[in-house]
Amino acid sequence: MKLLQLPPSELRRQLASQGIWLRTGPFSLRIRSHIDSIAEGLSELYGQFEVRNPHETFADFHVDVDSHISLRHWLSPRVNFSFDSVEPFKPLPLEQAYPMLERGLSWCVSAHAHQYLMIHAAVVEKDGRVAMLAAPAGSGKSTLVAGLVLSGWRLLSDELALIDRKTGWIHPLPRPIGLGNESIAMISAFSPDAFLYRGSHDKAKNTVAYLRPPKESVQRQHEPAQPGWIIFPKWVVDGEPELLPRSKQQAFRFLTQYAFNYTRLGAEAFRVCRELIQQVDYFDFEYSRLEQAVAAFNRLAASVTTSEAGN
Amino acid sequence: MHTPAELVTLAFRNPAVIHQFSLGDWDRLVRQARQADLLARLHNLLCKNGFDAAIPAVARWHFEAATVHAEIQKAGLRRELKRLREQLAGLDFPLVALKGTAYVAADLLAASGRHIDDIDLLVPLERLAEVESALASAGWHAAHLPEYDQRYYRRWRYFATLLQHLRHATMVNLHHAIVPDTARFRPDAARLRRRATEVPSFPGVAVLSTEDRILYAATLMFHDGELPHGLRDLSDLDLLLRQAASEANFWSRLLIRAEEMELGRPLFYALRYAQDFFDTPVPDEVQAGLTSVAPSRATLRLMDGIYTRMLAPQHHSCEDDLAPLARQAVYLRAHWLRRPPRLLVPHLLHKVFISPRQRDPRPA
Repeated sequence: MKLLQLPPSELRRQLASQGIWLRTGPFSLRIRSHIDSIAEGLSELYGQFEVRNPHETFADFHVDVDSHISLRHWLSPRVNFSFDSVEPFKPLPLEQAYPMLERGLSWCVSAHAHQYLMIHAAVVEKDGRVAMLAAPAGSGKSTLVAGLVLSGWRLLSDELALIDRKTGWIHPLPRPIGLGNESIAMISAFSPDAFLYRGSHDKAKNTVAYLRPPKESVQRQHEPAQPGWIIFPKWVVDGEPELLPRSKQQAFRFLTQYAFNYTRLGAEAFRVCRELIQQVDYFDFEYSRLEQAVAAFNRLAASVTTSEAGN
Repeated sequence: MHTPAELVTLAFRNPAVIHQFSLGDWDRLVRQARQADLLARLHNLLCKNGFDAAIPAVARWHFEAATVHAEIQKAGLRRELKRLREQLAGLDFPLVALKGTAYVAADLLAASGRHIDDIDLLVPLERLAEVESALASAGWHAAHLPEYDQRYYRRWRYFATLLQHLRHATMVNLHHAIVPDTARFRPDAARLRRRATEVPSFPGVAVLSTEDRILYAATLMFHDGELPHGLRDLSDLDLLLRQAASEANFWSRLLIRAEEMELGRPLFYALRYAQDFFDTPVPDEVQAGLTSVAPSRATLRLMDGIYTRMLAPQHHSCEDDLAPLARQAVYLRAHWLRRPPRLLVPHLLHKVFISPRQRDPRPA
């Protein structure tokens, strides 16, 4: 059964009582919350995801997002995220409940799923080949991912590359794509029909919106794909999009710096990175207009398809 | 006494029981085992019994990820210990490894699936300054503690120094005593050190003798105010006892040593709860031998009520209404054993009213 088949009142009731069992990529979640924005966010963004009766079934991560009662904050209510009574974050103002859930779910995965080498990168796929996009916050990575996903690329993840340590392939974890102020404007201009869920604020009181993951990406959330490129995107004020090859050493350094569990996996992480680096091409990528950036990515994907057809 | 109903200890006592587990049971088992830091050890036990195929596919990664993490951490610890010994090459006495560090260094059963965050070492008090300065020149420095805590520990509870390294994540805990020197029962660390034996694969590193290692683990357990890993520590004791039981005359040596060191009472509790939670085999004559140090029946009933709750995984699926009260009781009891009232009362007042306001922000 899909989440959208649950009437909103039933979703709210289940969330507040036994919880909602939900599958995202390789992980199952059991989410409990009494907060309205959590129910609303889930129903707007996770409609295509599988839900089940949580009784007598297994869930990887049991999470609660609920109001935090304290004397200090009785005037401005706070919200707390807990994973099986472990609380990785400080309580936040109530209006940040939904972003806190998304952040908490990412934490659950990155703190536990050491069966993967986990890299902090966005992952999209076309024609069976995966592009990993890695960049610090504010470099336009999420905007680019949203643009690609709205143009037919498959979303694997907007922030976590789950690399299978045995096969080297990347497992999808398609969840909503978080977009900040400027990205919201760019995406609304790029694709006026795109569905964005708003009404949540991050720390600096900026609006955060979430782009619903495309239906096809969710339907294919159990299909891993082969790594093809590692790309370091950067948004610039103006200029033509440009792909500049990077060295193997630079790409390797990126992997070790951006991996969540590189030190935890020790020599095993080194081996996985070394094999990955043999298979992929690496580029710096500067862009200013989203349409041109998407076109450049499409050309990159097409060049592989034609060269493979030529062989 | 109670028979613990938690799934995690049930699985340790009788691994075959997992064949009857429903998916809902596995859900609770994984959560309890994670909370108790026993996922990797349970995985190890299931594999040893040939039951790993019975772990449902959806639950398997939790066990495997914990095992991978524990194994890598142990390899890192061995490397770090070797390096540390090189940095302290000038010392003419062995470093005595304690707790998890010792189990890994000596490759004991109790190292199975064990997560270890700190390196614990015991050094003679009179050589402490020398060791600290040698470590300081190799990049180790005292870990940050809030000011009140630092002052308090320096003055009253000074039995271990926590050091961290500029570059490595591992912390070193330098002990010079077993429990704080304000404690009522104070086993002499020098007597433990004298019987320590060098580990062949780690020149310059020694571990406590078989009996002392068990008495030490028992003493720590029943002096600890929070028992964050109570069940894991009890499981360590279970494995230490099972391994030691194959040595000639082990049980009689253990009883003699416990009397010598005046640690009969903690040993009594350790054996009682290890049997209760893990079915640790203890011969009848050993139990008879400990009757003289057993507490009164009323005390025992109270201790059972407290410790059977405290040692259960601190997961809400195992807790009843009295669990929070039991936690308070253990905290107070440990403080009572460690400090005379004239120190205890001001300390607890500070902890309740002043420390919470000064708490450093934790990294996210």
